[in-house]
Amino acid sequence: MELQIVWFILIAVLFTGFFFLEGFDYGVGGLLPFLSPDDKDRSQIIRTITPVWDGNEVWMITAGGALFASFPHVYSTMFATFYLALFLMLFALILRGVAFEFRGRRESLSWRHFWEGCIAFGSIVPAILWGVAVTDLIRGLPINEKMIYTGGFFDLLSIYSIVGGLAFLFVFLYHGASYLTIRLSDKSLIERARAMGLKMGRLAVIFFVLCMVLTATNTDLYHSALATIALIAAAAVFVAANVMLAKRNGKVSFILSSLAIVFTTVAFFAGLFPRIMVSSLNPAYSLTITNASSSPYTLSVMTVVACIFVPIVLIYQIWAYHLFRKRVTEQDAEEEY
Amino acid sequence: MEAMFLSRWQFAITTVYHFLFVPVTLGLSVFVALLETCYVRTKKPEWKGACKKLVQFFGALFIINFSMGVVTGIVQEFHFGMNWSEYARFMGDIFGAPLALEALTAFFLESTMLGVWIFGWKRLSEKAHCVTIWLVAIASNLSAFWILVANSFMQHPVGYVLNNGRAEMQDFFALLTNHYVLGEYTHTFFAGWATAGFVVVAVSAWKVLHDEKSRNAFRQTLKSGALFMLIGLLCSAGTGHFHAQYLEQANPMKLAAMEALWEDENPAPFAVYANINEKTHKNDSELTIPGLFSFMVYNTPSGEVRGMNSLQADYEKQYGNGDYRPDVTGLFWSFRFMVGFAGLMMLLALATYLIAKKEDAYKHTTFLSALPWLLPIVYIVNSCGWYVAEAGRQPWIVVGLQKTADAVSPNLTGGDVWLTMIGFTVTYLILAIIALRLAFHFIRKNHVSYEGRN
Repeated sequence: MELQIVWFILIAVLFTGFFFLEGFDYGVGGLLPFLSPDDKDRSQIIRTITPVWDGNEVWMITAGGALFASFPHVYSTMFATFYLALFLMLFALILRGVAFEFRGRRESLSWRHFWEGCIAFGSIVPAILWGVAVTDLIRGLPINEKMIYTGGFFDLLSIYSIVGGLAFLFVFLYHGASYLTIRLSDKSLIERARAMGLKMGRLAVIFFVLCMVLTATNTDLYHSALATIALIAAAAVFVAANVMLAKRNGKVSFILSSLAIVFTTVAFFAGLFPRIMVSSLNPAYSLTITNASSSPYTLSVMTVVACIFVPIVLIYQIWAYHLFRKRVTEQDAEEEY
Repeated sequence: MEAMFLSRWQFAITTVYHFLFVPVTLGLSVFVALLETCYVRTKKPEWKGACKKLVQFFGALFIINFSMGVVTGIVQEFHFGMNWSEYARFMGDIFGAPLALEALTAFFLESTMLGVWIFGWKRLSEKAHCVTIWLVAIASNLSAFWILVANSFMQHPVGYVLNNGRAEMQDFFALLTNHYVLGEYTHTFFAGWATAGFVVVAVSAWKVLHDEKSRNAFRQTLKSGALFMLIGLLCSAGTGHFHAQYLEQANPMKLAAMEALWEDENPAPFAVYANINEKTHKNDSELTIPGLFSFMVYNTPSGEVRGMNSLQADYEKQYGNGDYRPDVTGLFWSFRFMVGFAGLMMLLALATYLIAKKEDAYKHTTFLSALPWLLPIVYIVNSCGWYVAEAGRQPWIVVGLQKTADAVSPNLTGGDVWLTMIGFTVTYLILAIIALRLAFHFIRKNHVSYEGRN
């Protein structure tokens, strides 16, 4: 029983890491075509994330693998439920992944613009889809007594889930913009990222608040005190982040938007607990940490493994970020590899 | 039924495609790491500069290949839940653990260190930079171990107990030390060397012939690539042999199908050719070498090898009615293609090595110009090998525990899977063309001059 709680928390930690890290590289990717038409500028923007995006994406892969190992029923039901949505996400992630590699290999501007478009598409689509998925999970989906999804693709979409998707998108775009203000060196480019960040921030606040309101009518998230506090804290911190960006304090703004993402993820998982997927047909059909977990033996093996490797991963990922801590210059972006 | 059939096709298409890139990643990471070690350690100043450029040259090809492997790999991780949710439910305790371990111990290290390697030339010392590519190589080959631990369970379940209709893990170390994974892993590891070796050989041969400026430098990689390839081929042949011997206990039906052996025989003959009739359960005609199959299995020309018909009777008693024979024709010929072409590649690697040792290697125009055209052979061999492994366990998805037909996601319609299957196939085809053209462009445009000797 206790191990199931440990794993619920670990899954939440993995998703938090994923949303925090990939949040800004989705954001940077999504803003790429809109910040500057100039090729050299765009190379610098991309260069802020190229050394790290793949490591960030592994947080998602690990979250998926850990879900499979610790709550196999959730992994099974969730991935089959979101079948076509996940196909769309995979398609977007495939284009995005190769685009980072392909773009710089030709001089032609139309070639580069095409792959920049793929990076933007591949960043925006998954950002929205994760928002849709998160809101769907907590609102509830038609899952029957055999843990099998009985709806179709369009049952995944509701006003609530679309608002959730857009809230995720704009928060990530904001997060990416504030990341750019602390990673770029070109003054005018930083200024443009800041202006764009403020615009996205306003949209993000609107959709975030709208999402909070709809959460009250669509879910029982506010029954949990922790979830309520975390969600309100997230909103407050996010507004503060915007204020700091307006005051040209990029660093604090980035830290605050990171905290907002962390608190939102905490709120979501706290609101779900002890369920992981809510059934809209009957509360008894929901997938919970008790009826969806793997055996105690597997959980204990995986706990040992996670306690050893998660800290190690954190250490070398922090080292890698530290290695590339200097602001990106035009020379960096032109460096051949 | 339609969703199951299409899901199998989709999984087959996407895995075979994924595995075009995997062995190159496994082997080329080691090759590039070895090359960079040479660069760091060499005392010859004229070689040092050229060697660094060669590291970057093959590093770039490695990165193009790696990015294709990564994006197609995510698809595979998602597939188990998307299309095979009942499999994932049944096997989650056992299959999820190695998958999570793969991400946690290998993918993180591989992707983080590759980012550092690509962008860290000026930020790290020579030695530290070389360590990062070794970590990439170790992590890549470790990830292959974890996924083959998972696959080996499907071929030969160990360390589990059935509980409430699900397979639950009982002994994690039994999973890791499954004899099956020993065979699969060593075979795959060296297949990676053979594949990457052939890639290096094909590229170097082209450069030696067509790029006068780079001729000397690429003669060095032609030689080392051929040696790398030869080692890979010899070792994968050896490990493949021992693994096939082990199949006699672990999965006799697969072994019998590979050799189209219908009846129990002692000594069992080896069929060079067989006209297989899967309806009457015998070979209409065949060309055999007496006793050779027994010799392959037992190292002596006698000893009984079980045939498919008696195994089928046993399985019906054990598991109930049903056809427990895999695609015999496909297995028989895939196995022969694999072994035959691997033999041909050994000769090619040996000849390349001997030619590359000579200063005037570039004069062997016919041979060198043929090498790039022969490169697809190694990809055919890899795919044939996986066909034998995976088609050979049908009708089971987990041998003896779950049938493929019971594993598919029940909520999927045929239309869903048609859409995604066409989507993946078209995307993959277009990407393959783009990646290949980029690689060709890169190979043509980049030169490595080297004036020294050997």
